[in-house]
Amino acid sequence: MTSVSDFTPNEMMTIAAARALSNDDVCFVGIGAPSAACNVARLTHAPDITLIYESGTIGTAPNVLPLSIGDGELCETAVTTVSVPEMFRYWLQGGRISIGFLGAAQLDRFGNINTTVIGDYHKPKVRLPGGGGAPEIATSCRQVFITMKQATRGMVEKIDFYTSFGHGEGGNHRERLGIPTKGPTLLITDLAIWKPDPETKEFTVVSMHRGVTKDMVQDTCGWKVRFSGQLEETPPPSELELTTLRELQARTERAHGGKKGKQDA
Amino acid sequence: MAKFQSLKEAVAENLRDGDTVAFEGFTHLIPHAAAHEAIRQGIKDLTLIRMTPDIIYDQMIGMGLAKKVVFSYAGNPGVGLLRRMRDAIENGWPRAIETEEHSHAAMANAYEAGAAGLPCAIFRGYRGAGLREVNPNIRSVTCPFTGEELAAVPAHRPDVAFIHAQKANRRGDVLIEGIVGVQKEAVLASKRSVVTVEEIVDDFDDLHPNLCILPHWTVTSIVEVPGGAHPSYTHGYYDRDNAAYLEWDRVSADRDLFTAWMKENVLDAGPEIFAARVKEL
Repeated sequence: MTSVSDFTPNEMMTIAAARALSNDDVCFVGIGAPSAACNVARLTHAPDITLIYESGTIGTAPNVLPLSIGDGELCETAVTTVSVPEMFRYWLQGGRISIGFLGAAQLDRFGNINTTVIGDYHKPKVRLPGGGGAPEIATSCRQVFITMKQATRGMVEKIDFYTSFGHGEGGNHRERLGIPTKGPTLLITDLAIWKPDPETKEFTVVSMHRGVTKDMVQDTCGWKVRFSGQLEETPPPSELELTTLRELQARTERAHGGKKGKQDA
Repeated sequence: MAKFQSLKEAVAENLRDGDTVAFEGFTHLIPHAAAHEAIRQGIKDLTLIRMTPDIIYDQMIGMGLAKKVVFSYAGNPGVGLLRRMRDAIENGWPRAIETEEHSHAAMANAYEAGAAGLPCAIFRGYRGAGLREVNPNIRSVTCPFTGEELAAVPAHRPDVAFIHAQKANRRGDVLIEGIVGVQKEAVLASKRSVVTVEEIVDDFDDLHPNLCILPHWTVTSIVEVPGGAHPSYTHGYYDRDNAAYLEWDRVSADRDLFTAWMKENVLDAGPEIFAARVKEL
């Protein structure tokens, strides 16, 4: 693979997230950045990956990124389309999903996510859309990947609401609540790759993207960042990865009338 | 037994002040024309159930029809927030509304329990989730066989469900294909149901036998409204009007702009305009 030097932090984020997926995965795909990453994986190294959107489309292979989780193309290219109750009962609760891929409005160091409210639940400062499928995706998928752009208002010391449970207060909190799945095992941002500490479960930076400094990671994160002792540099995008992502986004832009909605990654 | 009616008659006969109602559709087949008729008839004090309240509930809330919303994801799909619903929750405009918030899994299970004639839905969910603390309708039960603690929510039993579908035949059987969402469950969970369809055909003899069909005796009323899901889409008929979803973000951001838009496009219009809206899609 030849690498390229000219790429944006967002492109690096999407490509690093795509690399974490494999051909054998059955992935429950959130809209936005996760959707771009999952489809880049499918179009590069993981052609047989099974992508599932909560609208009931199983094994979908869209030519452009969907604007919503229920776009017609997801159904047209899917292996099968099931009802929404079936999706949540047989496929998610039934334990058939290996990876749940989520975005986050607010995230804490233990991978707990808030997409419900900013401020008090009963008197919200900002009412966000809410959890949708996330509360059960976070506990029923065998593991959870999270991807988001770093910003101090997104990566916070304390989230305002537990929309979906990550590692709670850390350590064995999931186990204590009787949750048998692994929870968040990977966080991919526009600056770095993070993994939970095996004991405390606090997200720790294991790899920084090319050109990123520790200060840049800390300045865009609301908690005191821990860096791994064996900090690596994320390999930059290959020619194939970058071309695939850019062509996918160009097709998407044309298909949605020049407007990309929220799926820009 | 399904009656074939005009949209005006179907809404007037089936939707009353104070009803609990579900206008369902999961991104696909959203019953926009039916919701607009409810707005024109000025039905009041509704409890609106929907997994994904989007533009239609934003419009109904903004026009003051709702007293309560039961939901699991309140967003403009692919675009952002619901600004009229936020204004009602955050500022009580045009009236304060109650909310009851769930996860998708809970809502889907609650519809299925309603269709199955059960009082509640039981599933593995809400573990560690904050909604347990703020929604008293989220409770738990212990499995009598294994001792596992499971989540329980009340079944949805709406007074009436509104859905949009591809076709009905002359007898009143209804066909739904593509992303089928939770509409079959919503109809079977409800006391009454109104189905708007793209077209009415003679029979379903040439169709795949497993397409999602609601037999005519499960449906109260059928109305032919070509384009009736716009700006959502109908698989096999027309595509999603993504530009209209983006436009809604602008219209709904301002109370006056919203009010003027509703007058021009809903109050002073009728169901016949939907066919023209999907012509180019």
